[in-house]
Amino acid sequence: MALTYQAIATVTVGSGGAASMAFSSIPATYTDLLIKISARHTTSETSNDILATFNGSTSSFTARRLYGDGSSAASDTNARTIGLTVGASATASTFGNSEVYIPNYAGSNNKSYSADQLGETNATLAYAILNAGLRSDTSAITSISLAPASGNFVQYSTATLYGIKNTV
Amino acid sequence: MPTKLIVDCSTGVTTEVELTAEEIAQREADAAAFAEIKAAEDAAAQASAAVAVTLAQVVDSLVVQ
Repeated sequence: MALTYQAIATVTVGSGGAASMAFSSIPATYTDLLIKISARHTTSETSNDILATFNGSTSSFTARRLYGDGSSAASDTNARTIGLTVGASATASTFGNSEVYIPNYAGSNNKSYSADQLGETNATLAYAILNAGLRSDTSAITSISLAPASGNFVQYSTATLYGIKNTV
Repeated sequence: MPTKLIVDCSTGVTTEVELTAEEIAQREADAAAFAEIKAAEDAAAQASAAVAVTLAQVVDSLVVQ
């Protein structure tokens, strides 16, 4: 089988927690990037968004999201949203899971991404989200930072960055 | 002081560094903005759930009759 999918790096939060998890010096040798995130944060809500920073910038992001919460469905346009993390009101020891796909990250077009996100919890309110995001900037992505919209990531939160190649 | 974990993909080395003043300001702005959004979305979701429960009760009562 061709080696087209390769783990580049993993960040795992230690006992002290962390405000964000980040990848720097991302090589331009792949065609696409994939990030798998498992995250829980400190504040008291059931869940919240994970926000993206590309190349140290929080500007020029837009997004369209569809989400269900267990009883209804809705949509929003909250920019920079890229993942879901569960908070202290979620079932103990559960984490939010997100998978983010970033095609053509090293090219000279604007950078789009898609993400699917689930809050793993037995609470009444639990979100499932599909997200189409865009950063209107043509620079190659060389660094990505992920941060909860409130609080800090707790211990055992992880993010793994994969590189995707369309050839060996 | 909040910190961030950075893994350098060229070396595989992870470092923990304190946030800059600019990053702290961004984090505080994000928290304020998303708290407002989150509260509105959760309230809407709970209102929808309440409507769904009421409709289910109406349907149940009609079935019983």
